[in-house]
Amino acid sequence: MMAGVGGGNDFQWCFSQVKGAIDEDVAEADIISTVEFNYSGELLATGDKGGRVVIFQREQESKNRQVSRGEYNVYSTFQSHEPEFDYLKSLEIEEKINKIRWLPQQNAAHFLLSANDKTIKLWKISERDKRAEGYNLKDEDGRLRDPFRITTLRVPVLMPMDLMVEASPRRIFANAHTYHINSISVNSDYETYLSADDLRINLWHLEITDRSFNIVDIKPANMEELTEVITAAECHPHQCNVFVYSSSKGTIRLCDMRAAALCDRHSKFFEEPEDPSSRSFFSEIISSISDVKFSHSGRYMMTRDYLSVKVWDLNMENRPVETYQVHEYLRSKLCSLYENDCIFDKFECCWNGSDSAIMTGSYNNFFRMFDRNTRRDITLEASRENSKPRAMLKPRKVCTGGKRKKDEISVDSLDFNKKILHTAWHPKENVIAVAATNNLYIFQDKMN
Amino acid sequence: MSGSLSALFDHVSAVGEGNAGMSPMLQAPVILVGWPRRQGVLVSVLWLSTLDFLFGAKHVLQGHQALQRQSLLDMSLIKLQLCHMLVEPNLCRSVLIANTVRQIQEEMTHDGSWHMVTEAFCGTGQSPSERLVATEVLCRSREQDAEPKLFSVISYEGCREEEVVADETLCSVSVSDTVSNVCLAGRMGQCWEKSELSGVERDEEALEDSREDEEVDTEDGASTEGPKTIGQVFGTFEIKNGSPGPDSALEELFSDVDTSYYDLDTMLTGMQSAPKMGPYDLLDSLAPSHSSPSIVSTPNCRSDLNELDHIMEIIVGS
Repeated sequence: MMAGVGGGNDFQWCFSQVKGAIDEDVAEADIISTVEFNYSGELLATGDKGGRVVIFQREQESKNRQVSRGEYNVYSTFQSHEPEFDYLKSLEIEEKINKIRWLPQQNAAHFLLSANDKTIKLWKISERDKRAEGYNLKDEDGRLRDPFRITTLRVPVLMPMDLMVEASPRRIFANAHTYHINSISVNSDYETYLSADDLRINLWHLEITDRSFNIVDIKPANMEELTEVITAAECHPHQCNVFVYSSSKGTIRLCDMRAAALCDRHSKFFEEPEDPSSRSFFSEIISSISDVKFSHSGRYMMTRDYLSVKVWDLNMENRPVETYQVHEYLRSKLCSLYENDCIFDKFECCWNGSDSAIMTGSYNNFFRMFDRNTRRDITLEASRENSKPRAMLKPRKVCTGGKRKKDEISVDSLDFNKKILHTAWHPKENVIAVAATNNLYIFQDKMN
Repeated sequence: MSGSLSALFDHVSAVGEGNAGMSPMLQAPVILVGWPRRQGVLVSVLWLSTLDFLFGAKHVLQGHQALQRQSLLDMSLIKLQLCHMLVEPNLCRSVLIANTVRQIQEEMTHDGSWHMVTEAFCGTGQSPSERLVATEVLCRSREQDAEPKLFSVISYEGCREEEVVADETLCSVSVSDTVSNVCLAGRMGQCWEKSELSGVERDEEALEDSREDEEVDTEDGASTEGPKTIGQVFGTFEIKNGSPGPDSALEELFSDVDTSYYDLDTMLTGMQSAPKMGPYDLLDSLAPSHSSPSIVSTPNCRSDLNELDHIMEIIVGS
């Protein structure tokens, strides 16, 4: 039995919690579209297709329960984006939250950026657990008192009240994107952030909403010549002048904002030469990069294309240093996957806190983890059947041909409607959040 | 994946690579049992079996590959057609499909089989550009239809329900599959049965006159028809957000927005690339081929036009 992956220790992944409805009928609005831990891991935010954001907070660890760590409970729920109608194009603007990114915490309140296709909003989430009582000029129910009737003065006293978590939009960054926003990324200066759509990348200042700087523009003068789009972008975790963006042709460009105001010319260009023997009509589509993530160290970056995850050393442009096959058994099914549009699914990927392991999703509610040191990989499933508290997850295996063993599942039996596109790894601990359609699964390790 | 068109071709090509001969013939009827509507495919598979018998393994393999490539091309064109959605289509997906179409066209041009395809197109009374233009019209007509309805943000949700149903009908798997199968069968029929072409060619001239106006408007002078029409498909992305939303709560936030974002050039480009013919013009141009008995077209071609008719009806809402 293969041991768990991540962190270098031998450990097993266990079920911790699942959030969301159990119904077979999934409401479209409940489909989770993004998952993100904050910098401390104390908060976990999800966005859904209905434009809502749900934030979970980890409860304080209780000393007597050593096996499982604190659970995540709902902390705040709010409607971030509403559906809009673009009158000029006669098209709807979806309220679906494409990305959530947390800002580092600087005071008692928490801040996050949430983006739909066109608009980014900065939300402040603050707690209120005290209330002032004993005002002079108004009653407890808020009615103003007649000043002439006041005979004595008193000092208002802060009294505890039930915890109230308020979310308020502090900034709205709108009207800067013609095309659909696919990425937002907070810069390491904590003052600026970038937002990327299919053809342009803009740099914003968190305080300024009425203008942004366009730093990348790949729109051709003649739209008929369009053959490549931007698929993801991210700021470097330490160098505030560096960012990368990936394309639908499987390339990554690293840009330095010190070089020019418009970073159309890259500083580095990452592309793996194509293997001519595996060329097909689908080669370009499956090479399209759906996600790019810097490692926490800033030395590496990881890209996800349809069938694999690649780790790149920023100092080497001509090929990745590591390649992991996520579901190579799908290579012979590409035509069917093209027909049912699954080939266009955008899977995300993530690093663990120490950059020793990476994780990404697949179909049939499977997700995969790769240990970079031991080169071991594991396939796990997010399902209600394995949802007993602290139940250990059993590794899954897909049978690619020949005789199917007892616990294996054949490729043709995979459910392509159950796809895990969004996963997140706690920044410090071995706790992972996996979004399976409308359910959020939280798994954690069990130290041996 | 059972019951999908591509599964058949995955299977057939896999078998073809081994010993071709009688095995496809024996296998084919078993696969088709569950597919009552795919007569076109049945025709093509039976035809392949005959080819099999006549020309031997090597030619069958080439036939399979050509078939696969053709079905992929059809699938891609159908996917590009489905832009009459309520929500703006995904640009990345459209670009990837368009690139795939270009790739197939390039390869077919190298092979010389693109020439055959264009002949086949002419045979059915529609050139490739017209076929793709027709799809653009389908996209545009959707917008023209929607424009007069000025929804307020509050009340449009009620209307949205209906439109979504209509769009689901259009986008539903059964409709698109039927269309793709009919197209495939129609074109396939033309490809293999070249004798039909001579009969249809004389009617091409009659149709050409009625369509000349539209052709002049839609041709940009681009050398290939594919990219031009793909440009028109991308043209729907050109129009920028003109006005802020009607939501009064956000109006004050938008009041000091820098209007230099609104690029008039791209807006005008988007407007100019819109084809001048409306949905009814398309029907008119097709009408002669429907009603006139002098036009010889295969039964598959007629059902092809019936499908187009059907789709137009749904869009127009009649």
